[in-house]
Amino acid sequence: MKIIVCVKQVPDTTGKVAVKPDGTLDRASMQTVTNPDDLNAIEAALAMKDEVGCEVIAVSMGPAPAEGMLRELLAMGVDRAVLVSGREFGGSDTYATSQILACAISKIGLEKEDIVICGRQAIDGDTAQVGPQIAEKLGIPQITYVAGIEKDGDKIVCKRMLEDGFMKIEAQTPCLLTCVKELNQPRYMSIGGIMEAYSKPYEVFDYEALKDSPLMDAESIGLKGSPTNIFKSFTPPQKGAGTMLKGADKNTCKELAQILADKHLI
Amino acid sequence: MDFNLTREQELVRKMMRSFTENEVEPIAAETDRTSEYPAETIDKLFRYGVMGMVVPKEYGGAGADDVCGAIAIEEISKACASTGDIVATHNGLCCGPIMKHGTPEQKAKYLPMLTSGHVGAFALTEPNAGSDASKGTTTAVLDGDHYVLNGSKIFITNGYVADIFVVFAMTDPSKGTKGISAFIVEKDFPGFSVGKHEEKMGLHGSPTAEIVFTDCIVPKENLLGVAGKGFSIAMQTLDGGRIGIAAQALGIAEGAMAKAMEFTKSRVQFGKPISKFQNTQFKFADMQVAITAGQYLTYAAAAKKGEGKRFTLDAAMAKLFTSENAMKITTECLQMFGGYGYTKDYPIERMMRDAKITEIYEGTSEVQRIVISGNIL
Repeated sequence: MKIIVCVKQVPDTTGKVAVKPDGTLDRASMQTVTNPDDLNAIEAALAMKDEVGCEVIAVSMGPAPAEGMLRELLAMGVDRAVLVSGREFGGSDTYATSQILACAISKIGLEKEDIVICGRQAIDGDTAQVGPQIAEKLGIPQITYVAGIEKDGDKIVCKRMLEDGFMKIEAQTPCLLTCVKELNQPRYMSIGGIMEAYSKPYEVFDYEALKDSPLMDAESIGLKGSPTNIFKSFTPPQKGAGTMLKGADKNTCKELAQILADKHLI
Repeated sequence: MDFNLTREQELVRKMMRSFTENEVEPIAAETDRTSEYPAETIDKLFRYGVMGMVVPKEYGGAGADDVCGAIAIEEISKACASTGDIVATHNGLCCGPIMKHGTPEQKAKYLPMLTSGHVGAFALTEPNAGSDASKGTTTAVLDGDHYVLNGSKIFITNGYVADIFVVFAMTDPSKGTKGISAFIVEKDFPGFSVGKHEEKMGLHGSPTAEIVFTDCIVPKENLLGVAGKGFSIAMQTLDGGRIGIAAQALGIAEGAMAKAMEFTKSRVQFGKPISKFQNTQFKFADMQVAITAGQYLTYAAAAKKGEGKRFTLDAAMAKLFTSENAMKITTECLQMFGGYGYTKDYPIERMMRDAKITEIYEGTSEVQRIVISGNIL
């Protein structure tokens, strides 16, 4: 059994956001971190590894410096890392990215008891689309917003978080899960893990490595092949503190109605 | 010549920084207030391989180099010097001499314990044998297949929590320093007991105690190194330990400076943040120079140790420089906090109290000057 975890290096949201003229993020000039939800996905996989001794493989699509992030994941206990990186993949939207990642996952190979885990969504794009689209491309079941996992042979039962409660969903493996932060508390790297991080298996899959995959369509990868066009990227202006009205009397209600009327909201 | 940290050393810093921010800093003030040993934190440090990190992999350690060891203590001590002290003592003063002088059997028995939850300590100091360690009166008499130890040791870091002690005792009092031998003593050996718990000015979370040997039975095979070579083992161990204390002192200074920078940026007096006054800025500039210079001295000493070169002089210089600067920097930083700094509402008074010990233990500043001058004259 193995668990493949999809991870993304994202801009550190505590820093400034830089945008290139084509509207995509200028990642080179920004501090980066591992996407927080993806760390929950890694922890879920490592917890399962602690329990049943399965192999954990981290897969990321990104530029060469993403190796640093993957080495940190190896230092946390991941067994093997794959960086999917190539000029042809640059500027891919979620549709193109999920196709490329699906190719990488099928190249690694999905067997009967295997699981793919993704974070719920990345903090840069906030789309939550890549995980579900990978499952669709691979033709495997998916459970999103996972906050609890129980595995029993080739079946998996997950607690799926909803706004006002949760669902329990059973699925057949191989399947894909996207997890929420409530699932667990990610561990730190360990000193022993750090000492091994640069000697564990690490591979780069470029376009050449994936081009013969039946899932690969050269027309729908990269910036040109992406159906999504980014019109503009910007940091939204900070909202003001707002106005607080206190009191349950008629005058306060009048005051509120007047504010809303002034703004043409009523 | 390469002044850059290795990839692994950089990752150790990143990991320890994150661990310290989340696990150590939130309880540092409470640990100081209650003088409670941070047991949960130490358990986690075992789990993440920090306790015993320099022990080779074959004995359950991580096989980290000495620079990684120094960086770990530096990062922890930024938030809590007590926790830094517990780790430094365990790694440098207990794992260190067993790794260097232990027999294969001693290593196979004790190093896996020291990497899996058993805390270590080092017992040299006695009431009348501090800087002059040759004047110890604890004795060890060979009696068949075991030694019988009698006497007591004071100011023992990890004293009332440790399971394994490296202890120095006179096997032949007539020979002075050449009559001292080292032993590995377990807390459960008959005749071993813990005496007074010390109440200290600082390092409240670091458990310091007297340990007492009353006809304590220590198996003959627990003699560490050769009989009569104990003084040399103690001095070599302290050379390594000084790198740990230099790292601790660095961490205290860096932690204090970070707190002071944060405070002076928000504290407004005479119409502007006090960080905008040149007096404040120049003080920070001097602190940064001292910290960076201290890092170079400390990492260089650690790197030399790792390469198996003689590092006595380097470790003494690093320890002297960083500890005296830790005291200066925490004092200056407290001054920047004004009256607030003198209260327990801010961590700076704790850092100043904690800094003082770095000028005293594992060789006072005066002893470091003896070592340094002795090596160059």
